[in-house]
Amino acid sequence: MSERNENPQHRDAIIRVLIAKVGLDGHDRGVKIVARCLRDAGMDVIYTGLHRTPEEVVSTAIQEDVDVLGVSLLSGAHMTIFPRLIALLRESDAADILLVGGGVMPDEDVAALKELGVAEILLQDTPPDAIVETVRRVVRARGPRSAH
Amino acid sequence: MTVEKNDLDASTLERLTRTLTEWEQKELASFLAHQPETKEHYHTASRLPLKRVYTALDTNETPLEDIGLPGRYPFTRGPYPTMYRGRLWTMRQIAGFGTGADTNQRFKYLISQGQTGLSVDFDMPTLMGYDSDHAMSVGEVGREGVAIDVLDDMEALFNGIDLTEISVSMTINPSAWILFAMYIALAQSRGYDLHQLSGTIQNDILKEYIAQKEWVFPVRPSVRIVRDCITYGAENMRRYNPVNISGYHISEAGATAVQEAAFTMANAIAYIEEVVKAGVDVDAFAPRLSYYFVSQADFFEEIAKFRAVRRVYAKIMKKRFGATKPESMRLRFHSQTAAATLTKPQYTVNVVRTAFQALAAVLGGAQSLHTNGLDEAFAIPTEEAMTLALRTQQVIADESNVASVIDPLGGSYYVESLTAQMEQEIFKILEQVEAMGGTLKAIEDGWFQKEIADSAYEFARRKASGERVVIGVNKYVEPDEKLEVDVHPYDPATERRQIENLQRVRQKRDQQRVTALLEQLKQVARDESANIMPITIELMQARATMGDIIETLKTVWGTYRETPVI
Repeated sequence: MSERNENPQHRDAIIRVLIAKVGLDGHDRGVKIVARCLRDAGMDVIYTGLHRTPEEVVSTAIQEDVDVLGVSLLSGAHMTIFPRLIALLRESDAADILLVGGGVMPDEDVAALKELGVAEILLQDTPPDAIVETVRRVVRARGPRSAH
Repeated sequence: MTVEKNDLDASTLERLTRTLTEWEQKELASFLAHQPETKEHYHTASRLPLKRVYTALDTNETPLEDIGLPGRYPFTRGPYPTMYRGRLWTMRQIAGFGTGADTNQRFKYLISQGQTGLSVDFDMPTLMGYDSDHAMSVGEVGREGVAIDVLDDMEALFNGIDLTEISVSMTINPSAWILFAMYIALAQSRGYDLHQLSGTIQNDILKEYIAQKEWVFPVRPSVRIVRDCITYGAENMRRYNPVNISGYHISEAGATAVQEAAFTMANAIAYIEEVVKAGVDVDAFAPRLSYYFVSQADFFEEIAKFRAVRRVYAKIMKKRFGATKPESMRLRFHSQTAAATLTKPQYTVNVVRTAFQALAAVLGGAQSLHTNGLDEAFAIPTEEAMTLALRTQQVIADESNVASVIDPLGGSYYVESLTAQMEQEIFKILEQVEAMGGTLKAIEDGWFQKEIADSAYEFARRKASGERVVIGVNKYVEPDEKLEVDVHPYDPATERRQIENLQRVRQKRDQQRVTALLEQLKQVARDESANIMPITIELMQARATMGDIIETLKTVWGTYRETPVI
């Protein structure tokens, strides 16, 4: 399921992304489109598949040494699951992995989640180019990752 | 296959062809010369090419018998001879949130507003077979649907509602048979005759693997459960639909209209084969098979889809399965407008979208209909949004006068031609599935899943390029729009209330009896030829929870895990 871009010259510049579905909802239309868009834009993309726990995806993100952890959630449980993901990343000393959320959620929740440390939220109808640009922008803003 | 021709004689055909050519050379050519058309190619949403205008020449390949009459094979024009003149479609708005008691209030409100059928939406833990106090349920109890763990919850859900008077549809899949058993246990406790109950459980596990992705067990035991519900229903519940074979989710996951119809038929074939294999006569159960399709944005393509799928189904039932009763060959369907077409920007426009989609479902001959709320791009709908959605149906039913004539678009050169074209495309896909080794094999190979992902990606690209217009999103955008919408509130105390109820029931029940029945359940599960329904009904009466049953069966059947494809 990993679609690696192995050109060594570009290795440093290539953004690595883990795309994940957490919780019980199985709506994976959006997440698959996001995964393909990022892959087509030259990023290394790994997709976890459905129904993962926060613990599983954080541990995979660390093992795979990704820049961005993209979590899609359409179950309405975002105010429970995103804070849990942020806490797990911090506990694992991996707060420099950028958490990007996706799904259907009200604006006030988006603001609250950004306050908590979610780097960006991609809502429905975000065009493919804007998805790619958002991921590049948050990675640029963070700068190079510290060594692990 | 020999194609019977329509009844146009050779000289009429020749005259029509000549007239068309003349028109193209005269009126059309001179008009195009000073005003070209806005696009080079025109297509339906499924990418079927569209002509400028359709004439009798385009329907000449369609035998008149294929168009036929309502209530007669091949049912292109509708399953019943009187359609809405005898009985309007059922206005069935789905509802579900919080606890059984919370949703009960919404049901009573909707009934008071003129709704004619109930439809239950369950929360994610119930849909996936987890009790409300399971670790996987955290944050999701009663949020996007109603939480049901045990018979007491269902008693609260239908408190004060006479289930012999109103039909109830339940949107539930891997855990459907448990809810079915719960419904039966409730009916028995109220002293109803089971043959009086009318309603539907979705119970369509195959489209879960393909599209909606709610599952527990591997494919084969899951299909056996569906078989058991169908055979139980055939014997005990004359008016109940034990399965609702669904294209809606296939479409919402990204499939085209042609794929939606074809994949749904492929799933239907798999279920019917399974039940026939168990030795049940096709005419004994096929009349209770029910269907569910989306009503999407492309108005005429949707109408043609509904007509085509009725014809395809009738032919499959007659020719492939040898059904002899007309009831076995007529496809009855519920429709829901397309949630994925709803937008957050300029969200009041969703009312207009939904109205057109609802009209397409009615012109296509739906038996029941759910219209989406205008606020569903934000959260589950408020009561006001649901009322407006219901009123939309009532305007179509009572003000527009479209329900007075059956299949009013029948005979339209365009609609008949598109209907025939879709029929051909559907059969083509069915042949392809057959060649791959059948539906179950194609699911296990991930073929449907890949096809849908491809269509979804293409659609997203077309939307991004502006080729696929979405008002407010890629055209007529209002950049400074201030969104003010009151969304359905979630009561944060729901989870605690639900779990307290659940634990109270667990404390009161006869635990030894539950344990003994769960042991029996394992035996039944291991015996392929046994029916799982009777033991599940007994478990419901003994106050076993959904989680008790699911977790027990996981030890026998294991669980399903998809190989992710992007």
